[in-house]
Amino acid sequence: MGKIGLIIWREFITRVRKPSFLIMTVLGPLLIVGGIALVVYLGMQESGAQNIVVIDKAGLLTNKLKETDDIKFYYEPADMSDSVFKASPYSAMVEVNPLVLENNTIQLFYKALPSLSTQNYLSSEIEKVIEKEKLRVNQVDPEVYQRIKTALKVQLFDIDKAGKRSYDQAKAGIGFAFGYLIFIFIFLYGVQVMRGVMEEKQNRVVEVLISSVKPFQLMMGKIIGIALVGLTQFLLWILLTTVLSTVGMSFAKDQISASALEQAGPQVSTQLQGQLGQGLETGGDGDANEQLGMVMDIWNDMPIAAILGLFLFYFLGGYLLYSSMFAAVGAAVDSETDTQQFMLPITLPMMLSIFIAQTAVYNPDGPAVFWCSIIPFTSPVVMMIRIAMGNAFEHPWELALSMGLLIATFIFTTWLAGRIYRTGILMYGKKVTWKEMGKWLFYRG
Amino acid sequence: MLVLEDIVKRFGTHLALDGVSMEVPQGKVFGLLGPNGAGKTTLIRIITRITGPDSGKVLFNGTAMTDADASRLGYLPEERGLYKKMKVGEQALYLARLKGMEKTEATRKLKEWFARWEMDGWWNKKVEELSKGMAQKVQFITTVLHGPKLLILDEPFSGFDPVNAELVRQEILRLRDEGVTVMLSTHNMGSVEELCDHIALIDHSKVVLSGSVREVRQRFSEATYRVDYKGNKVAFADALSFHGELLDHSEAEGLSIARVKLLHNSTVNQVLSAILPAVQVQGVHEEVPRMHDIFIRAVGAKETRPAAAEMTE
Repeated sequence: MGKIGLIIWREFITRVRKPSFLIMTVLGPLLIVGGIALVVYLGMQESGAQNIVVIDKAGLLTNKLKETDDIKFYYEPADMSDSVFKASPYSAMVEVNPLVLENNTIQLFYKALPSLSTQNYLSSEIEKVIEKEKLRVNQVDPEVYQRIKTALKVQLFDIDKAGKRSYDQAKAGIGFAFGYLIFIFIFLYGVQVMRGVMEEKQNRVVEVLISSVKPFQLMMGKIIGIALVGLTQFLLWILLTTVLSTVGMSFAKDQISASALEQAGPQVSTQLQGQLGQGLETGGDGDANEQLGMVMDIWNDMPIAAILGLFLFYFLGGYLLYSSMFAAVGAAVDSETDTQQFMLPITLPMMLSIFIAQTAVYNPDGPAVFWCSIIPFTSPVVMMIRIAMGNAFEHPWELALSMGLLIATFIFTTWLAGRIYRTGILMYGKKVTWKEMGKWLFYRG
Repeated sequence: MLVLEDIVKRFGTHLALDGVSMEVPQGKVFGLLGPNGAGKTTLIRIITRITGPDSGKVLFNGTAMTDADASRLGYLPEERGLYKKMKVGEQALYLARLKGMEKTEATRKLKEWFARWEMDGWWNKKVEELSKGMAQKVQFITTVLHGPKLLILDEPFSGFDPVNAELVRQEILRLRDEGVTVMLSTHNMGSVEELCDHIALIDHSKVVLSGSVREVRQRFSEATYRVDYKGNKVAFADALSFHGELLDHSEAEGLSIARVKLLHNSTVNQVLSAILPAVQVQGVHEEVPRMHDIFIRAVGAKETRPAAAEMTE
C-alpha cells in the first residue's frame, strides 16, 4: 500500500468504525421507511369512534348514510348552536344547507380533526346520496348515468418516440431525486472533509504528517477516503432500504391480498397483460395496476445502466469539485466559527443548482437549465434531470461538454485548493482574508 | 552530513530567510537558536522538504536532498499533536508506515520502545486518554522509530516533567553516540550547553553566530575571573591595581568573592602574583559566559521585534 493508500485507509476505517456511522447506517433507512410508513399509518388511522351529527336542513340525508363500525350518524333537522354542539357527545357536525343541490357544498365542524379516511368516507357517502337525488330530480335513469359517466385519462406521447407513452414528469422526478442525492452527498461529506482538515490542523498532527507525505497527497487521501465512506454508506442504505421495504411490502400484501385481490384477481392479470403488451390502457378502475404498468413502462423506457453510470460520474465529479474547496477552507481557518465567510461562495452555487433543478422538472429546455447543466458548479445536480428525462442523450455534445468541463474544473479546483491547503495548514493564529488566500496561490512550494 | 548553502525564502514581501548557510556535522548535536520569528521554523521546514527554498541548496550527505531522503529524516515539530480519537498503537503504526516501515517491523520496534519506556498497556488507549507528557513520549518514539540518520527536534523538552525530560535527554545522547546527527532547536539555553556540540544562531532571517559551543563561548569571553579569598578587601583592591578591575565584590561566611576583569593584556598569573602577598587566595575560576548571556547579547539588545511574523515560530 502506497502512502496515499495508507491515508485513504485511515480516513476510511476511522470513520466507518465510529459508532455514529453504524447508527446513521441503520437509522437512515429506518427513518426513510419508517417515515413513509408513519405517514401512511397516520393517514389510515381512525381517530376512534366518530359520532357525527348531520344537520339535515335540506331533508335529503336523514337515515340514508351507511354507517360503519366506527362511524355513526345522527340526524337533526334544525340548527344546533356552537355551544350546544360543544357540550354534546357528538365528535363532528355536518351542516347540509337547503341549497346543497345547487352549490354542492357542505360544512364540517369538528372537535378533533377526523382522519383523512373518515373525511373521504363522509364525503363519498354524502356525494352518493346527493347524486341519487339529482338523478331523481332530473329524471335520469341511474343505469344510463352509470354508462355515460366518464373518468377521462390523458395519455401523453412524444411524437419523436412513436408509439410510446411519455412519462417526462415522472422521469424528471426521478432525475431530481438523483440530483438531490448528489446535493446532499456533496454537502454532508464536503463538510466532513473540511472538518477533517480542521481537526488535523487543530490537533497539530499535520506538520508531523507532511514531513512524511506531500500536502497534496494528504488532501487527496482525505477526499478519496471520505468519498469511500459516503459510497459505503449509500450502498448500505440502498441495501437496507430494499430489504426493509421488501419485508414491509410483503407484510402489507399479506394483509390486502386476502380481501382485495380475491375480488379483482382475474381482471388484474388481463389488464396487466394489456398494458405491458401495447403500452395502452384499456380503461377500468384498477388504479394500482395502472401505476404498476407505468413504473414498468418508465423502467423499460429509461436507459438504466447509462443513467446509473452518469449518476456515479456526476456524483463523484461534483463531490471532488466541491470537497477540494471545502478542504481549502478547512486549511485556511483556525476554528469552525471562521468558516462562515468562506462557506458562502461554496454553498451559493449549490443552492442555485437545486433551485434550477426544480425549474428543470417543468421546463427541461429552458436557457437557465441549459447553462446550469453545462457550468460545472451546478451541472452535477441540474444535468441529472436532463439525463433522466432522456433530454441529455438527444444532445450528446452538450452532455460531453458538461462532463469534460466538470473533469477539467475539478482538476483545476483541486490544484488551486492544494496550493491554499499546503500554506494554510501551517498557518496559525492569523485572520485569513480572501486577499491573503490569493497570495498563498503564488507562494513557491 | 547536512549542508545549507545560501538559502533564501520569501513569503510575499516578507523575507523569511536571507542567505542562510550552515554545516551540520555528522554524529553531533547541533543547536539551532534564535528568537521567535527569526526564521528557525521556516529553515526546518525547508530541510524537511515541507516547503522549498526560493534559492539555495540543501545537501544531504553531499548530494542535493530528494524526497527519498525524507524517510531518513525524523522530525519532531514544535507544534505537534496526534489524532485524539485514534488508539496509541494504531496511530504510532500509521505514522511509522507513512515513513515507509513495514507493518511487522514497525510493530516489533514499537513494542520494544513501549517496553523500554514503561508504556506497556498504552497500545489500546486512545490518545485523548493520555496526559500531555504521555502524548509527548509517544510523539518522540514515532519520530525516531524508523531509525532516521538526521533527527530534527524542535523544543523537544516542552511538556515533559523533569524525569521524562531526562529520559529524552539520555535518548538524544544515545542516538548521537550511535551516529545519528541531531538538530536541536530550543530556547532552553541550559539544554544547549548540556547537549550541543555546535550551534547556529539566527536573527532577522540571517545567521548571526555559529561554531562549536566551546569556541563560541570563548569568543564571547571577556577575560573575567572569579577570585575567592580571605583577607582585607582594601588590600585586595590595592594589590589588583594595574592588572585588573574589580567588577563586583561580595562576602559570604568569612569568604570574599571578587569578580575581576583583566586589564592591559595582563595574564591570570600576573594578577595572582600581585595579590598573593596581600590576601589568602582560595580559588580562581575563569568566568566563561553562559549561552543564555551570549544569546541575549547577540540578539536581545537590539530594537524590539516586528510583531507579526509570516509563519509561526
